[in-house]
Order: sequence, then C-alpha cells, then structure tokens
Amino acid sequence: MKENKEELLEMLEKMLEIREFESSVQQYFAEGQIPGFVHLYLGEEAIAVGACSALKEDDYITSTHRGHGHLLAKGGDVKKMMAEIFGKVTGYNRGKGGSMHIADVSLGILGANGIVGAGLPIAAGSGISSQINGTDAVTVCFFGDGASNRGTFHETLNMASVWNLPIVFVCENNMYGISMPQYQSDGRKGQNIKDVADRAVGYGISGITIDGNDVLAVNEAVNEAVKKARSNGGPSLIECKTYRWRGHFEGDPTNYRDDEELEEWKKKDPIKKFSSFLLDEEIITEKEFKQIKDKIKEKVEEATKFAQESAEPSPDDVTNNVYFEEVE
Amino acid sequence: MKNLTYAEALREAMAEEMEKDSSVFIMGEDVGVFGGCFGVTGDLVQRFGEDRVRDTPITETAIVGGAVGAAMTGSRPIAELMFASFMGVAMDEVFNQAAKMCYMTGGQAKVPMVLRTPVGGGIGAAAQHSVCNESWVVGIPGLKVVLPSTPADAKGLLKSAIRDDNPVIFFEHKVLYETKGEVPEEDYTIPLGKADIKREGDDATIIATGMFVRKALEAADQLAKEGIELEVIDPRSLVPLDKETILASVDKTGRAIIATEETKRGSFASEVAAVISEEGLYSLEAPILRVCSEDTPVPFSTVLEQAYLPSTEDIITAVKSSL
Ligand SMILES: Cc1ncc(C[n+]2csc(CCOP(=O)(O)OP(=O)(O)O)c2C)c(N)n1
Ligand SMILES: [Mg+2]
Repeated sequence: MKENKEELLEMLEKMLEIREFESSVQQYFAEGQIPGFVHLYLGEEAIAVGACSALKEDDYITSTHRGHGHLLAKGGDVKKMMAEIFGKVTGYNRGKGGSMHIADVSLGILGANGIVGAGLPIAAGSGISSQINGTDAVTVCFFGDGASNRGTFHETLNMASVWNLPIVFVCENNMYGISMPQYQSDGRKGQNIKDVADRAVGYGISGITIDGNDVLAVNEAVNEAVKKARSNGGPSLIECKTYRWRGHFEGDPTNYRDDEELEEWKKKDPIKKFSSFLLDEEIITEKEFKQIKDKIKEKVEEATKFAQESAEPSPDDVTNNVYFEEVE
Repeated sequence: MKNLTYAEALREAMAEEMEKDSSVFIMGEDVGVFGGCFGVTGDLVQRFGEDRVRDTPITETAIVGGAVGAAMTGSRPIAELMFASFMGVAMDEVFNQAAKMCYMTGGQAKVPMVLRTPVGGGIGAAAQHSVCNESWVVGIPGLKVVLPSTPADAKGLLKSAIRDDNPVIFFEHKVLYETKGEVPEEDYTIPLGKADIKREGDDATIIATGMFVRKALEAADQLAKEGIELEVIDPRSLVPLDKETILASVDKTGRAIIATEETKRGSFASEVAAVISEEGLYSLEAPILRVCSEDTPVPFSTVLEQAYLPSTEDIITAVKSSL
C-alpha cells in the first residue's frame, strides 16, 4: 500500500480528475458538441488509478474503447485529450482519432483502441521490446470482461507465459460487454465462469480477483505484479470487479440491466470509498478534500474551454499522416 | 406498398425467412434483447426465441467460423458483425473457410450462410468503425457480395441471400438504416446479379453503390436543371455483377462515372472500370472516372470526415469534366 500522504493524495486527485473529465464529456456529448460516440469510465476510476500509480513514466499501457480513465491515469494531458474528443486540431491525434483512438506514445500510452481485444497482442509486443532492448519497462494491459472471450486474449496470455513477458493483464470486469452479462447462473452469459481470473491457470500464470472499486487493493495487487514482471518473474492476470455507471455508450437505453443493480453499485462508489478512508484516518481534512475538488474542476473546465476554442483541422490535413514522417 | 425503413425491411426479410424455414437462425453480438447495435434484429428474439436469435460472446472468429460449420451441416445461418471493420478479426473464416469450402471439397460442401455487416462513414465513428471494405471480398472467388441502397432492395436481396446455397457477404450502409422507402406488401425476392436502373438518362452513366446511389440521384436532380440527364445504375449485387446492364448504359451514354464510398485504390469501383474498359471501351467518348474516398483511414473530426468522403458536388464535377 502507498504509505505516504503525497502519493495517496495523487491517487485521489487522479480519480477525481477522471470523474470530472468524464462528467464533462457526458454533458458536452449530450449537448451535441462532441461528434461520434463515447464510452465513459464513470464508476471504474479506481482501476486505472490504482494500476497506473504502480508504473513509472517509461512503462507502457494498452487501453480500450473505454480509455479516457487509463490515459489520464498514465499522465495524459487533460487539454489535449479533451481537444481530441472534440475533434480539434490541438488534440493528441490532431482530430484524426477521437475518443476511441487517443494515444500519447511519448508517455508509453500505446493507444485507446476501437477493436475489442486488440490491445492484448500489442501489449505482448511492448513486452517483447523490453526483453529485446534490455529495459525494465513493464506493460499494463487493460481490457474488459467481454474482451477476454476473444482469441487475442487467449493467444496473448499463452505467448506472454511461454516467453515470460513483463506484462500485467488487468481485466476490468464491469459485469457486461454491451448487453451481454459476463456471468449469471441462468440465461445469457458471455462465459461460464464467475471469475475471469480462473483462466490464468490454463496458461500457467498467476490470476487473482480483487475489488476493482478499492483503489488501494488495485494498487497493491498491481504493484506486486509489476515488481514481479520487472524482476523477470513473468506476466500476471488481475481481475478487478467493478461496474460501469453509464450505458455502454452515451445513448445506450440499458434495457438489459436493472436500475436496482446500478443503485447497489453506486453505493460502492470508488471515490467515496477512498475519500472516506482518507478522511476517517485523518490523512486529509474536509477542507483539503474540497480544495482538491475545486482545483480539479477548474482544471477540467479550462481543458474544455481550450477544446471548445481550438480550431478545427483544415480539410487539407485529411491526407497527412498516412505514412510516418520524422518531424523536426 | 408500405413505408418501411431500411432496418425494418431487413428485419422483415429475416422474420419471413425464419417463419418459412426452421433452419434459418441468427447469431451475433447483442442481436437479442439489445436488438442489434443498429436496431436491425429488433424484436426478433421475442418472436423466435434465444435459440434462433443467438447472442454471442465477443468472438467474431467463432461467429463467422460457426456460421460456416452450421451452414455445412444443414442450417442457414445469418451471422451479424456489428461493424464491417470487425471483419478483419474473422478474415480467415471469410477467406479460407466460407469462400473455398465448396470448391476445395470438389462441390460436396455447400455453405448457405449470410454475413450481414454495416459499412460506411458519416457518423464520426472514426478509423476502426467506418470502413467500406467491399474490395476485401469482391476479389475472393466463392463469395457473393451485396450492398443494397433502398429498403425494398434490402428486403428482396436479403431474402435471396438467405435462400442462396453459397456464402453471401451482405453489406448494409449504416447511414441508410433510418431512411424510408416503399416496400411491396406481397412476398417477393430480388435476384442477386441484377442491377437496377434508378434513373434513366442519355448523357452520362453513373454506377453507384450504397449511400452513393442517393448522392448520385441528388447529383442527377441538380444536373437535370441544367439539361444534363444522368442514368444512375445501382448494381445492388457486386458479385455476381450485372455487366450487361452497365455496358448497355455506357453504350447509350458514352460516359461512365463510378461513385462508391470505398477508398479508391484497388476498389470495387476499379473493378467496374476494368470491366468497362475491357468490354465497353469503344462505347466511350471520355475517360472512365472514379469518384471515391481519399486513400486514407477514415478520420474522426467532422471537418476531416467530410473532406474524406466525396460529396454530391464531387460527382457533379466529375460528370461535367467527362461531358
Ligand atoms: C472486435 C470487436 N467486436 C465488437 C466490438 C463492439 N464492441 C465495442 S465495446 C464492446 C463490449 C466490450 O465489452 P468489455 O470488453 O467487457 O468492455 P466494456 O465495454 O464493458 O468496458 C463491443 C462488443 C468491437 N469494438 N470490436
Ligand atoms: Mg465489460
């Protein structure tokens, strides 16, 4: 566990930043200011933050269609992210990518991804690079419960295991892949096991299931797995149980789940859980907590303003970047 | 006649075929209670049950491969891929399994399956959800390929595709799903391999597919005001291709413009151009032109996506340059 106050506060700030960021995206999407579609991370903040707090700047992550939280937690710039989601030229991808494709390669963020399960083999690749180049960089590979039904999950865990690749596979089990329940005793289900972590045994790696709404639990588990990976101990699978508060995408009617289930999970709000702990243990005061919240709100508001006021890309840009060119 | 959306027409085709033939079933991601990502399967799970409208895990490889196996063993699967961009995940099943099974087995095995999937940009879905990948499949022997532009065509062609004893890649354009049109009341089918002349004219021929049939018709309306009469041909099925209708029209007008949403290089549009130049060169009074998307991935920002996609104006410019 993170012992020092500064680190604990950093985690709290990141979680609040993601919450605030996603709430703004929700609002501006509803107002029609954001094109395309967005998948929000609200309710799952503890996983990205717990995991990325265990990483150094030169470690890698691979992300998903629900990637805003991962990217912010790995240090993504709030302004450039928001601008990309608005499709502006000042965005990370110059407006070419949008919500599902944001990347900051310089921070080891190998990209959100529109193809479910596509991040897994890419994580194998960054793991191979660490071996080939003799660095101690570790890759955290985020993916959903639904993604763990794709061949890429199975093929990558197998390869990572036999080659002892330095990867931490972080499965965000939010209980659904769009409308498909991960598991239920009767009826439709994506898989016939309650815990995705059970699959690790088939590949000869360690697999554990933890409370994904407990940032300290996530941090502790990922820290340990990262340490192991850095010291040549190979890959691990960590399944984090959580719940997405919003629909699969904004506009999803969510006719496949009950409001009561959502209400139950809202009681397990990861931010509330962590902030209550910090307050109860007198690690922070109410006043400090409020100051942090105000600061984050301002930061995200500024980012939104930046995004709104930024220029659209020029139509001529459409044909740039198809092939790589070195920029001075 | 009744007025249906493209999505409703597709649903009717599936429902009617499922009622008639108990070996027809549907499988895909979120096709059940969710009703399909674009609402095409709708209430079919309530009508036909979870055995015949099967929600799958996220597993495109097994959806398409499973359809091949089911088709080889007496079923008539309709597999749905949520976006045509995801076909990459199941490309072996399309290319090496579905397409070649009949030939490789010396004609023993039949693979009567339909793979339904939406193509196309225009909704800000960005690079991995917007492809028009007709060219991935039109060159694969053993597949039939369809892309309807109207509700009536969608229904009649899907019924033929389901009844066909061969694998049919059935592309749908996602921007068309909510468009409405007249659909016959009675039971009907439209044969694969028969083009439709959507508008008659003498001055130039536009061969257009999917969303671009609408753009070509808009262009024709505008040009008619200037006294230029376009003939708009929708091949509807890309394989088999109704060369006869295309070549006869080009012979009449002397001009051929092919308008599709695909990226230009190596496109279905290129294939049509090749057919016209091989078999209709002496009918031509101007070079064949292709109006297609930029050779780039589909960009996200609305400004860039509009720059990527050809417009009605681009079709008009092409026509004028060929006159
Ligand atoms: C290969 C592929 N198949 C299907 C989809 C459509 N799709 C997008 S997200 C999603 C559900 C993903 O579920 P999960 O992995 O559990 O992640 P979650 O959305 O719950 O975070 C699906 C089916 C896709 N993008 N890529
Ligand atoms: Mg999920």
